[in-house]
Amino acid sequence: MAQFPPAVAEAFRDRPDQDRNLVLNMGPQHPSTHGVLRLILEIDGETVVRLKPEIGYLHTGIEKTCEAKFYQQVVPMTDRIDYLCPLTNNLAYCLAVEKLLGLEIPPRAQWMRVLMNELTRINSHLVWLGTHAMDLGAVTVFLYCFREREDLQRLFEMVSGQRMMTSYFRIGGLALEPPLGFFEQVKKFVDRFPGNVDEYEGLLTGNPIFMMRTKGVAYLSANDAIALGAGGPTLRGSGIDIDLRRDAPYSGYENFKFNVPVRSEGDVFARYLCRVAELRESAGIVQQALAGMPEGPIKADAPKVVLPDREKMKTQMEALIYHFKIITEGFAVPAGEVYQAVESPRGEMGYYIVSDGTAKPYRVHMRGPSFANLQTLARMCEGQLIADVIAAIGSIDVILGDIDR
Amino acid sequence: MPLAPPITDIAQLKSHPALGLLTEWNASVVEAVKFDRDELTTWIEREAIREACAILRDSSSCPFNYLADLTCVDWYPSEPRFEVVYHLLSIAHKERVRLKVRLDGSSPVIESVTSVWPSANFYEREVFDLFGVRFTGHPNLRRIMMPDDWEGHPLRKDYPVEGYR
Repeated sequence: MAQFPPAVAEAFRDRPDQDRNLVLNMGPQHPSTHGVLRLILEIDGETVVRLKPEIGYLHTGIEKTCEAKFYQQVVPMTDRIDYLCPLTNNLAYCLAVEKLLGLEIPPRAQWMRVLMNELTRINSHLVWLGTHAMDLGAVTVFLYCFREREDLQRLFEMVSGQRMMTSYFRIGGLALEPPLGFFEQVKKFVDRFPGNVDEYEGLLTGNPIFMMRTKGVAYLSANDAIALGAGGPTLRGSGIDIDLRRDAPYSGYENFKFNVPVRSEGDVFARYLCRVAELRESAGIVQQALAGMPEGPIKADAPKVVLPDREKMKTQMEALIYHFKIITEGFAVPAGEVYQAVESPRGEMGYYIVSDGTAKPYRVHMRGPSFANLQTLARMCEGQLIADVIAAIGSIDVILGDIDR
Repeated sequence: MPLAPPITDIAQLKSHPALGLLTEWNASVVEAVKFDRDELTTWIEREAIREACAILRDSSSCPFNYLADLTCVDWYPSEPRFEVVYHLLSIAHKERVRLKVRLDGSSPVIESVTSVWPSANFYEREVFDLFGVRFTGHPNLRRIMMPDDWEGHPLRKDYPVEGYR
């Protein structure tokens, strides 16, 4: 007999009486599984009897690699975890290390972080909306979403020089002052963006085909959502009112006014409505950040941790020494441990960092929201039609980099 | 902003809802506490972890109903070598608590909390895969990240970063 992978063999072994069920492999190269997600489906006709996610195809051992790097060298690695919202990862990591150090961040850096973070949320939700709608047969929305996403990536390129792997936040503040004309460009974008959201909604929200594919599909009750550890819009779509930006404010989010969209239906359509409403809320937060952007430094006053400006390095001896020290030896972080959670577009993104007092983290653990959300997939799909599995995968917005790390 | 020294006295921290609940239930399971950087850490006896989690989840005054994270830290070569770390969140009260259980390096075994939170399933598989900690009562304790035929547990401190050559 051919050698089956253990998960497939197990699906056969467990249910010898039910050999009328077919074991179907979906992924890891299936285009609608959004990356290298592999699902083992046990189906009876068109009905899914059991669903088992098989993950790990993108496991790169980032947590292990982090242990061999200086604290500041970990920042670019965090970009590569959840590659649709790199700035949220940067933020969670930087906040955690800053908490370990007891660093205070100047207001301008905090507001810039909020602004960039919300642009990232819009960026991530646009990719989700485009691909999710395309999975369900609405190809036009994809083109519209990527049109706006292109503008956002130009903005990211303006501040950081990179479209995707930005690494714009540093421990103690920001990498660079935003360039001239940046705020005007952002203003232009968020002024017209609500109109774009109307456009997407015009194509989808009242669309009978889209509603038939999403309403009442992949239901998740509030109790199940909590028990299975769902987060973000998946949890809010099931009627749980939670948003870490409001409930445990970080990086100055307490200064911003926004609503947390919650829907109680618990189906794909409810999660869609939550995310679309979040697009508008994020644009509102960006408007507030632009209006109230404080002046001042963008880096904390901590010469032993924050790299000095190039200008200072060329004129001041101490700055040059600190620069050399940070680059070659890193900086020691007081022993201790912190867990810093931020609201990523997909839910709670948590960084657990243990320091043993040296310049390298003793342990970095990333709590990925997609990893937690993926566990709800079986509950959503078992007993449903196989075509609805695609709608369910799209609705929890999985990012495989975030799952496998 | 200088760091405040950590508080390790149980009596001073009784006002925290999680510690209040645990000491009210059975004070002997709490091995130690630490309040550092606004976060409460509680060390729990190994045998009591599942029940302690159930008590915290089912409390009526402040239910810690959400398992935010479950992971492990390897303190090789010191003993007890492993620390399994649970991060709990109370959605209604916005409180967090960190539970820790110390495990011996020779036979790291601990009771699974999947019966309390089904969400622990993947996390415990990950800890089993990368640290080699066994969870009794887990429904499907298989490797999750590494291939099924992989040898060793990569996140252990005695496992080289570049792997065995």
